[in-house]
Amino acid sequence: MVPLGAYLAVSATLFFIGTAGVLMRRNAVVILMCVELMLNAANLALVAFSRRFGSVDQRGSVFVTFVFVIAAAEVAVGLAIVLSAYRNRPTVDVDEIHAMRG
Amino acid sequence: MIGLVWVIPALPLAAFLVNGLFGRRWLRHWTGPIASLAVGASAVVAIGVFAEVVTGQTRTIVPLYEWIGVGDFRVDVAALVDPLSSVMLLVVTVVSFLVHVYSIGYMEHDDGLPRFFTWMPLFVFVMLLLVMADNYLLMFVGWEGVGLCSYLLIGFWFERPEPAGAAKKAFIMNRIGDWGYTIGMITTFLVFGSLDFERVFEHVGIASQSVLLLICLAFFLGAAGKSAQLPLYSWLPDAMEGPTPVSALIHAATMVTAGVYLVARSMPLFAAAGPALPIVGAVGAVTAIFAATIALVQVDIKRVMAYSTVSQLGYMFLALGVGAPIAAMFHLATHAFFKALLFLGSGSVIHGVGGEQDMRRMGGLRRKMPTTYLTMVIAGGALAALPPLAGFWSKDEIVGAAFLNGFPILWAVGVFTGGLTAFYVTRAIWLTFHGEPRDQQLYDHAHESPRVMTIPLLALAAGSVLAGFIGFPPGNGFIHAFLPQALGTCVEPANLNTLLGYLLDACAPEQTNWTEFLALAAISTAVGIGGILLGLSMYARGRPDPAAITRATSPAYTLLVNRYFVDELYDHRIVDAAKAFAGASWAFDIHIIDGLVNRLGWLFGLAGSGLRRAQTGIVGNYALSIVAGLLAIMVVYGGYASGVFRR
Repeated sequence: MVPLGAYLAVSATLFFIGTAGVLMRRNAVVILMCVELMLNAANLALVAFSRRFGSVDQRGSVFVTFVFVIAAAEVAVGLAIVLSAYRNRPTVDVDEIHAMRG
Repeated sequence: MIGLVWVIPALPLAAFLVNGLFGRRWLRHWTGPIASLAVGASAVVAIGVFAEVVTGQTRTIVPLYEWIGVGDFRVDVAALVDPLSSVMLLVVTVVSFLVHVYSIGYMEHDDGLPRFFTWMPLFVFVMLLLVMADNYLLMFVGWEGVGLCSYLLIGFWFERPEPAGAAKKAFIMNRIGDWGYTIGMITTFLVFGSLDFERVFEHVGIASQSVLLLICLAFFLGAAGKSAQLPLYSWLPDAMEGPTPVSALIHAATMVTAGVYLVARSMPLFAAAGPALPIVGAVGAVTAIFAATIALVQVDIKRVMAYSTVSQLGYMFLALGVGAPIAAMFHLATHAFFKALLFLGSGSVIHGVGGEQDMRRMGGLRRKMPTTYLTMVIAGGALAALPPLAGFWSKDEIVGAAFLNGFPILWAVGVFTGGLTAFYVTRAIWLTFHGEPRDQQLYDHAHESPRVMTIPLLALAAGSVLAGFIGFPPGNGFIHAFLPQALGTCVEPANLNTLLGYLLDACAPEQTNWTEFLALAAISTAVGIGGILLGLSMYARGRPDPAAITRATSPAYTLLVNRYFVDELYDHRIVDAAKAFAGASWAFDIHIIDGLVNRLGWLFGLAGSGLRRAQTGIVGNYALSIVAGLLAIMVVYGGYASGVFRR
């Protein structure tokens, strides 16, 4: 049986890759992908904890399905925003899109 | 028929809605007949209701719906149909109907005709609501409603500055009275926990006399505002800027009597409130003589009638004050007829001479307008209390009650004012209709009014002759048996003197004491005829010459012609002070209140313009701050969880 720590190490790694991607990349689509990466890192941790500590009902796993649904919705909205931003101005570079500057 | 009592106000309301919504665009000249028909139908129903009350249904409450219900406190929209309100319903609807018919002719050429016939039925509706209400709150709705209609109709020709100003003046003076009414109503609620007439009057005993006095004086302030008594009378003469039918209906026959009705309705309160009634009587008497003296020297025919109205309303309050509410209501009913007639007659003259109101330019008009002349003479005779016209019976009853109930000073004032009244009405009629024409051009163009105007005049003239007989024989007539069932003031004759020394009408009509009546009537009639003869002698034969008298009594004349300088006094003492106060309030509002809010807003603006720099608009920066926040939370949480931060 794979120890819990291994799962958590993978999860943390994925999470930090995702975070670094969100912070460093400029392409909006890639940023969205990185957000997905972070969400799935969290999912992995949830499943691992659920397996290790969960009782029969596996609540952690149920929670993961919620995260899937919300992630799907978030991508739908996020891509729609990117698309309409692109129609407005032909770029997906987030540093170029700064009309909301105060 | 009593079950249909709500039809009476509903019909004018319907006419108001129809004329208001469709009058301007489509109905135009049909608005007059529509309004007249609706009010006429109301009058028919009112006659039916009255007949039913006469035949024995002396107290019916017809609820429409519950208006306010909070715990024990309950106000219904309900009609109280008793002798008092049924008399008012009858007078209001009948006079309104005649005035509406007359107005079809009078307002024919006015561009605002549909507007006129929108506000007039609305007025009738709210006036009926006032009269029918079975509680003070519903009455207040009508009370405010008639004030609004009065405002709208005085200012009917609002393009000219005088009517607009007069309308404002009437409204503001009435607001002062309404303030009194509100205080009275709130105090009544606090003391009795109810505003129903029935419940309040039943529990009069639980209130202390000083509280009752407060309530009564507050209500009387309201009544004085609405009924143009001192010191709130000066709006009424100015209200003559409105169309003449409005003056006849609102400012002579109906609305201005609302104050009398209020006090008569609240008689159980006033009777128990110690000095309240004598105050009412004194104010009434002073107003009566005060206004009558002003009427002596006015040259505008409508102003004479306006001051006469103030004076006659003073008589009604005098009657209430000496404990004779029946006489007050009797005079209210007869006055409604003959004063409406005097106004409509004046209107007919004004209409006939093309808008001129100055009597100095009239004269000799009786040859040109015989019907108007005849009816005006009848109404003038009724106003001068000549027997057997209506005014004689009612006014004599008031003056007689003042004497018999132990107020000889008020009696003397009443008799003397009767002489003044006879004089000024003689003067007005003589200057208008007799003598040689003083303005030939005006005279040549004068013409009798159309039938639609003269027939209402004749109907009102019949009323001015006959209305007095509801009080015949004196002290023992129909009205003396009818009204006490409602006033709730009647006491057994044996106890007449015990009620704090103030006399009230007895329950059962007494036998007419003819000697007493004839003696008192002889005195007041003699004074009245003296006034008429003096007037005839002065204006018909010039002995003594009016101009000579004017010169001889120059200071007094100046005082009267300027109406005792009351308007100037109000302007300089009260209006100016109010304006100064308003100016100070405005400055306080602009600089302190608004200033505070503006400074606060400016502060937030400043803070915002500093903080907006944080909004770079670059998504990466936001993401970075989220991650930084997350890290900070993890550090703090981890620090506490592992005990590093713990002391």
